[in-house]
Amino acid sequence: MDFSIASILLLDGITNGAIYALLGLATVLVFTVTRVIFIPQGEFVAYGALTLAMLQSGKTPGTVWLLLILAFVAACIELIACWRHHHNVSRAVRSAFKILVFPLFISLTTIWVAPQMFPLWLQAIISVAIVTAFGPLIYRVAYQSLEDATPLVLLIVSVGVHFAMTGFGLLFFGAEGFRNPSFWDDRFAIGSVTLSGQAIIILISTLALIVMLWLYFERSLSGKALRATAVNRTGARLMGITSHTSGQLVFLMAALIGALSGLLIGPTTTMFYDSGFLIGLKGFVAAVIAGLASYPGALLGALVVGIIEAFGAFWASAFKEVIVFTLILPILLIRSLRSGHADEGH
Amino acid sequence: MKNKKTLLALAFTALTSTNALADIKIGVSLSLTGPGSGLGIPMQKQLQLFPKTIAGEKITLIVLDDATDPGKGSSNARRFVKEDKVDVIYGSSITAVAAAMTEITSEAGTTQVAGSPVGLPPGKDKWLFRLAQSNSVMAHALVEHMKKQGVKSVGFLGYTDAYGQQWLDAISPELDKAGIKLVGIERFARTDTSVTPQAIKLTSANPNAILVVASGSGAAMPQLGLVERGYKGKVYQTHAAATPDLSRLGGKSVEGTFVVSGPALLGDQLPDNHPSKKLALDFVQKFENEFGANSRNQFAGHAYDFQVAMEKAIPLALKKAKPGTAEFRSAIRDSLETMGRTVFAHGVMNWTPTDHWGYTIETGVMTKVVDGKFKVE
Repeated sequence: MDFSIASILLLDGITNGAIYALLGLATVLVFTVTRVIFIPQGEFVAYGALTLAMLQSGKTPGTVWLLLILAFVAACIELIACWRHHHNVSRAVRSAFKILVFPLFISLTTIWVAPQMFPLWLQAIISVAIVTAFGPLIYRVAYQSLEDATPLVLLIVSVGVHFAMTGFGLLFFGAEGFRNPSFWDDRFAIGSVTLSGQAIIILISTLALIVMLWLYFERSLSGKALRATAVNRTGARLMGITSHTSGQLVFLMAALIGALSGLLIGPTTTMFYDSGFLIGLKGFVAAVIAGLASYPGALLGALVVGIIEAFGAFWASAFKEVIVFTLILPILLIRSLRSGHADEGH
Repeated sequence: MKNKKTLLALAFTALTSTNALADIKIGVSLSLTGPGSGLGIPMQKQLQLFPKTIAGEKITLIVLDDATDPGKGSSNARRFVKEDKVDVIYGSSITAVAAAMTEITSEAGTTQVAGSPVGLPPGKDKWLFRLAQSNSVMAHALVEHMKKQGVKSVGFLGYTDAYGQQWLDAISPELDKAGIKLVGIERFARTDTSVTPQAIKLTSANPNAILVVASGSGAAMPQLGLVERGYKGKVYQTHAAATPDLSRLGGKSVEGTFVVSGPALLGDQLPDNHPSKKLALDFVQKFENEFGANSRNQFAGHAYDFQVAMEKAIPLALKKAKPGTAEFRSAIRDSLETMGRTVFAHGVMNWTPTDHWGYTIETGVMTKVVDGKFKVE
């Protein structure tokens, strides 16, 4: 191996690592606020990329129907739960309606937009909006009533949600793969390395998202409320921050990050309905490296995962995944030796 | 009076049911729903065109859906052998489901003709015949083409799964025989986000040709990775990649790729001396007459070949035994083994007692991607 091969591999690893970093950040975000280990994070990636692919071919993406079904289910659950709690019909109807409004609006817009063949960037925004709408709904349907359950129960629910989302993905997108058009086709040669426009977009978007997340948590009230919930749920509740709202908000952000990652990665590879799982799992490994707690740690972990994956694929491509996922064992060992105490139940 | 009527009715049903017993019954289990439905549905369409009689005997097809579920497949097979007492079984379209059915069919002594490449250890497939081409038949055609093109060294870029491994096992001895060197073996998965590292390693060995072993819409990504790394040599793809998805996803980058394929869909392009030309044309014409232009499908071709096999084997079996009996069931098996060289739409078949795969090396056809279409070389 010479320097030029190493630098190409390094670049490849960092580009993929940037995507894992986004997913790792989302995993840490969801875990700290809700204690949910969100395995289906990767599904948002596949949904985002495939929704855009469907819009590109002028068809109404299947995610729209799934979104409508999910929204109605969530609204029904909300209606019943609210009525049982307050015994006030108009209040229950209002809160159910609140859940329904955004998904209904985005679905109808998409059905109207789909055959019009708008430019790529507009379709990209619509795809992100559709997939983002899934976040709070999934939280409402699958997790909200189990908010106080142990992390183990929440993990098992996550496994269920993952299988459901993959199954629906197959139903609505089919078994064929899709590749999205590149947002930026140019290539730049820097020495022996050629940098593609898409790789630059990936790196810049990741950096921008991380900065925006940092600003959000440092400067905005709702960001601070989320941080408060992450530090101490009961304390945050006493200060008037409801865990329902913070849960839905954090799932909204996770879905948004997932959908954006899908758009970023869609032009570089063929996406299938089940592609998201492995990508999300590598983000999860990155989050584990960070102890499911630290954002800079997750970013660093993701870059390590990406680079090890690239070099692993070069030296022993048949064992690439084995190398990446075996990485988690020494890390868990070191972490458990260093922390020394078990923190059951967060 | 009333009694008399009942008696008459009874006698009538008895007569008709013995008549029905004399019919030849074929049990069909296909994946009409679930992830395998893309293969099962075209086969079912082709079976709608199955002849009503063969050699003067009425044919009854019993079609069941196995939902791409091995458990459902074996319960279908059990129903066929226990309740319907069928003479022969066709199915399934999916390897895993067909494999689950073999236990029941071999125990009951009923011939099973599978539309998928079911791998069973030798000796276990006494009652199982396959209509899908084995990889070694395709590998042979591919290596022959490489020889003609003057290829001296080959790189292998294949799935990490069973399909990749089977191809590696099939092509390695063929390459050895032809004196072509295998200079690199790299693996990837269908859902991988990048093949850049594998592509660097393969292209740095600078082989004359690279064989990509992938299926369906997974076949374009690795080739794009090779082109992106500036690979200028020849690229070969396997028969699982011979779908329109290759150029849909690969665009200009897959132009000039050599793809090995069965002859069934290429009837109009085959040279006149190709043995399968007539049947391939006949299959496509009848299928498209019924289901619309460009509806041709390779999986429907296997169902067509099942019909060809039955039209040859049933008359032979009828000479030995009556339909509905155990003797007739084993006579069908014997006829399939001994009927000799049979031309199918998908190639030339020659099942023998020791080989239930059976396609001869005349089967594989080399095509080249030109303007997004497969052109016979």
